[in-house]
Amino acid sequence: MLKSQRSVGIVGYGAYIPRYRLPAREIVRVWEGGVGGVPIQEKSVPGLDEDTITISIEAARNAMLRAQIDPQQIRAVWVGSESHPYAVKPSSTIVAEAIGAAPFIQGGDWEFACKAGTEAIQAGLGFVGSGMADYVMAIGADTAQGRPGDALEYTAAAGGAAFVLGPAEEGVAVVEASLSYVTDTPDFWRRQGASYPSHGQRFTGEPAYFHHITSAAKKLMAEMGTSAADYRFAVFHQPNVKFPQRVAAMLGFTKEQYETGLLSGTIGNTYSGSSIIGLTAILDVAKPGDRIFSVSFGSGAGSDAFSLQVTERLPERQKLAPSTQTYIRRRKEIDYALYSRYRGKLLLA
Amino acid sequence: MHIAQNWRLKAQRYRLVGEVCEHCGAKIFPPRDICPNCSHSAKESFEFSGRGEVYSFSALSETAEKFQRFRPYTMALVKLEEGPLVTAQLTDVEPDKVKIGMPVEMVTRRLMEEGNEGIILYGYKFRPMLDKVA
Repeated sequence: MLKSQRSVGIVGYGAYIPRYRLPAREIVRVWEGGVGGVPIQEKSVPGLDEDTITISIEAARNAMLRAQIDPQQIRAVWVGSESHPYAVKPSSTIVAEAIGAAPFIQGGDWEFACKAGTEAIQAGLGFVGSGMADYVMAIGADTAQGRPGDALEYTAAAGGAAFVLGPAEEGVAVVEASLSYVTDTPDFWRRQGASYPSHGQRFTGEPAYFHHITSAAKKLMAEMGTSAADYRFAVFHQPNVKFPQRVAAMLGFTKEQYETGLLSGTIGNTYSGSSIIGLTAILDVAKPGDRIFSVSFGSGAGSDAFSLQVTERLPERQKLAPSTQTYIRRRKEIDYALYSRYRGKLLLA
Repeated sequence: MHIAQNWRLKAQRYRLVGEVCEHCGAKIFPPRDICPNCSHSAKESFEFSGRGEVYSFSALSETAEKFQRFRPYTMALVKLEEGPLVTAQLTDVEPDKVKIGMPVEMVTRRLMEEGNEGIILYGYKFRPMLDKVA
């Protein structure tokens, strides 16, 4: 169990979800002749001028609005993603400049498939918890790539969430403890230079998603002496709607506990943003004293589990930035043709 | 693309950092070190709120080569809350939905890029105020 000597909290949080939505039925229409079921209702699609950096900037600005601190007090800006715009040149430096945190900071980009953002959060817990820094900005964001016609094209979406970590006594939520579970499990990957990821079909389920999330979750609850009943909310990585519902049931969580953070039906799988955008939606409505259980999953594979408790400071910070549901409501439906243009799937030369 | 020139402009491009005149208090954007209002020296940095409204606009369907991928889009003169007029591209809005007086806010987006291997340039655009559309 990861627990720092100095207690750490979430001082500010923020989300961003692009405006465009591709209904899953559009993919059925184009690739399946209009016949077949869909794993979600619709997914978010980034605009022509959006990428992981612009998504991170807006999520980070929202987190700063809620944190109410001088950006020059931040000592690290870390961006977790599997779709950094540059292969070589950090996203974090651009984000740090855009929020006014540069130059006396750690800056770096993290990659661990869909759990790169929670890995950055855990590093931030250590950085603040050790006393080396008072504030860290940890971000998870993606513009996920979906191979045309592949099963993952239904869900590969875009969005991100950002968290300012700081001393627990300033937190809107205290991080009670965290834990990671990591193995070499080749369920999903993208080779250097490849445009689209590959995956192991059904192998992505039991040995990957379910094994890692349940292993991390059970171990953390066992070491903390808690059970599902101790939490008001729970949120899990959400590559579709069924997986998080099933893993929640396996761990003893009910619909009332997971429905607030389960957003994949209307925004898709935002990869590094997935579980943590769900967490922001929970923080938008949670009340002091509520406990939140959160588990990410990244292919390759691993899970990061967190136990949080909301403080008296949350209600006054909730309205200082746009809610996650505000971004979900702001939707412009597009068809597969516009989606193809927006995602660069049309080769012009 | 001029890497050094764009690098020098990053504070104003990413964060709308302009200047405030120590003599008459006028807010200045883009920064030019001389106050356009009282002609005194003005070198104190000032970060604008990013909020404003559309003062005038023009919908573009034929554009310069480097902005072709965004067409059609709208260029606008945005009257910032603090006073200055800024020329910028509007985003997250269809050209036929833009109106004079529309409340807008600054976002940092991709402005242009040098093909698939060159630098990506980021900077300010404006979009309809979020709390007015959702």
